[in-house]
Amino acid sequence: MAQLVSLPEAIAEVVRDGDSVALEGFTHLIPFAAGHEVLRQGRRELELIRMTPDLLYDQMIGFGAARKLVFSYGGNPGVGSLHRFRDVVEHGWPHPIELEEHSHAGMANRYVAGASKLPFMVMRGYSGTDLVAHTNVKEIVCPFTGERLTAVPALNPDVAIVHAQEADRDGNVQLWGIPGVQKEVVLAAAKSVVTVERIVEQLEPRPGGVVIPGWVIDFVAQAPGGSQPSYALGVTERDNDFYREWDVISRDREQFMAWMEANVIGKVAA
Amino acid sequence: MSAAPEASATGYDTGELQTIVAARSLAGKRSCFIGVGRPSTAALLARMVHNPELVLVYESGTIGAKPFRVPLSIGDGELAQTADFVVSVPEMFNYWIGPGRVQVAFLGAAQVDRHANLNSTVIGDYAHPRTRLPGAGGAPEIATGCAEVVVIAPHGKRTFVEQLDFMTTRGDHTTLVITDLGVLEPRNGELTLTTLHPRVTVEQVQDATGWELKVADELAVSAEPTGHELSALRELVSR
Repeated sequence: MAQLVSLPEAIAEVVRDGDSVALEGFTHLIPFAAGHEVLRQGRRELELIRMTPDLLYDQMIGFGAARKLVFSYGGNPGVGSLHRFRDVVEHGWPHPIELEEHSHAGMANRYVAGASKLPFMVMRGYSGTDLVAHTNVKEIVCPFTGERLTAVPALNPDVAIVHAQEADRDGNVQLWGIPGVQKEVVLAAAKSVVTVERIVEQLEPRPGGVVIPGWVIDFVAQAPGGSQPSYALGVTERDNDFYREWDVISRDREQFMAWMEANVIGKVAA
Repeated sequence: MSAAPEASATGYDTGELQTIVAARSLAGKRSCFIGVGRPSTAALLARMVHNPELVLVYESGTIGAKPFRVPLSIGDGELAQTADFVVSVPEMFNYWIGPGRVQVAFLGAAQVDRHANLNSTVIGDYAHPRTRLPGAGGAPEIATGCAEVVVIAPHGKRTFVEQLDFMTTRGDHTTLVITDLGVLEPRNGELTLTTLHPRVTVEQVQDATGWELKVADELAVSAEPTGHELSALRELVSR
């Protein structure tokens, strides 16, 4: 059963140097507050896993917390490049990291395999592209039809961290709006933390609501506004202006580090 | 009795024309998968002008989205709030895109080759790229899952290249490549110039293409934007 704790306690309990950590949220519900707490606690050498690195992993990679990145789309959606991601790949700053890249369909199916505790999932894709030579997939022949398909290996991160709108006092979580791979990553990981906008006495059914029961979650921490500048549908709005501003802040290494010191490292979790 | 042809507009830019031509390609289509930027603008314009029933699908899981404004990201809140339904990412790719339930896909790319294969991964060598691009995203499976792929790209030699630096996405299902100079379509497996935008010459298109471009025997010219198309587009982007 999930324990309700503070965000610093939750992160201190589950994230270790060198862990593979997936902070998910597909454009929506990105766990920024939790990622920032990981940085404040000084975690290093992380294998960071996320379909869309987005601003959060641009910050974590640029701050030097990663040894490896597993991903499928490293852009600033609708704005352009992630400059810290580009700097590490193009110039090795602040230090080189290993890349493992997939397509969205590949990553999604890797989480499904992970959640199902199966070694791999089968899909059509990758074949005929240059991705095959640069990533971790294998061709497989269907035992029933003989069709050549692609096997993608299960993702079972050490730690999953996601954000959601609400939880009850037993740590049962409900999220709604774009559900991404939130449920899959929690079920795939060895340990999980869910940050929520609010704790409620009882979860009320919501249209499109996804419930993750407290008995598959390790820690729940309240973090109001914890997905900003991403958003929690119905509670906060996506800060599109900040996504544009990040394009400027992140272009320059010193400016980026100064922003991180002032806005992440020097802050205390709510 | 047919209506009199609408007066054509003047004083538009090539980007506006490209968007308008892309929107026209969605007339009569059932559903379209779209990314952000010009494809999204074109698809919203298509719903305003040509095809109000068009089902817009964004890879964030929002199916039947009806945004009032052009969204900045594929996961803006308005997409979820206006969608007919919202699905998880695994469901999006495994149930809807993979089996071909979305008819048309609009895709962009940094590089396009003569077979409409796309690169959105790196410029230069993979291990030591000159420019690291975002990567595949949903494009590879969208391009093989959807029956008709429409590529929307700026026409220049940096984009239309003899040899891709990286093949991210296969061009087998591409039906149209819409640029700011004209329209290319596959003929016998090779992209062929079939339509010029008004006042563009074949030489201009060839000069902006990194291989010897095949040209159709009968070249069409894109219709000038109508006043209705242009005012609808400008109203849409001003929202």
